[in-house]
Amino acid sequence: MSIIVNGRKIDFVKNETVKDLLKRVKYSFPLVVVKINDKVIPRSDFSKIVVPDNSKIDVIHMISGG
Amino acid sequence: MNVEKDKKIKEKLGKSSVGIAGAGGLGSNAAVSLARAGVGRLVIVDFDKVEESNLNRQYYFRDQIGKNKVDALKENINRIYPFIRVDVFNEKLVKGSMDKYFHDVDVIIEALDSAEMKTAFVEEILRRLPGKPVVAASGVAGYGHSDRITTKKLGNLYMVYDGNARSSEEDVLMAPRVCLMANWEANLVLEILLSENK
Repeated sequence: MSIIVNGRKIDFVKNETVKDLLKRVKYSFPLVVVKINDKVIPRSDFSKIVVPDNSKIDVIHMISGG
Repeated sequence: MNVEKDKKIKEKLGKSSVGIAGAGGLGSNAAVSLARAGVGRLVIVDFDKVEESNLNRQYYFRDQIGKNKVDALKENINRIYPFIRVDVFNEKLVKGSMDKYFHDVDVIIEALDSAEMKTAFVEEILRRLPGKPVVAASGVAGYGHSDRITTKKLGNLYMVYDGNARSSEEDVLMAPRVCLMANWEANLVLEILLSENK
């Protein structure tokens, strides 16, 4: 029971939404894009969509500096 | 050098235009590289003035401290090539009208500093100017770890990206990495402008 977030294997949590997951992995920066199994998740769905077991998640986020 | 290729590229770039949002470490260095590459027109937007603390990574000189960044940058570019058209706007980009100055350019570079503004800019441009390529950078702070930087392509968005970098609030900003990512952005712009289907 695990998922892969940006190449890192972490525990799968039942009924965890995308929003909850981002909080858990401490991606608190404003986000550009979240993909679950290569499918882009609209930001408006972050608190609705539940992360499935064994999924591969890519989070691209903006980091300050320029 | 391949003279014929060089001539073809110069012709194409001379007719091209690039918008640059921000004239700090990313924007000033990307602008100078694109000017040297031969891009015919640059549109640069920033509201800051040159400060002592900028000189460690931004394309300004000590005697330009106190000047508007956009004016100083235009001066520096036109000292290299006087014939490049540099349109500057000494304005702050604000949410809700991020696209204001960039409607008529071929490619846009995101060269802002805060994560919040970077995100807002990219999202607004992608929404308001569909089809316009945007090149952005995330993770410029620190030094070393050049190999962690990659290009992420998501539709019309090209991200120069190091997801493991710290934010500039928690780390340092230094010329080698900032210039590396600024030039990575400029290099992507060339790739887009010179792609065969354009």
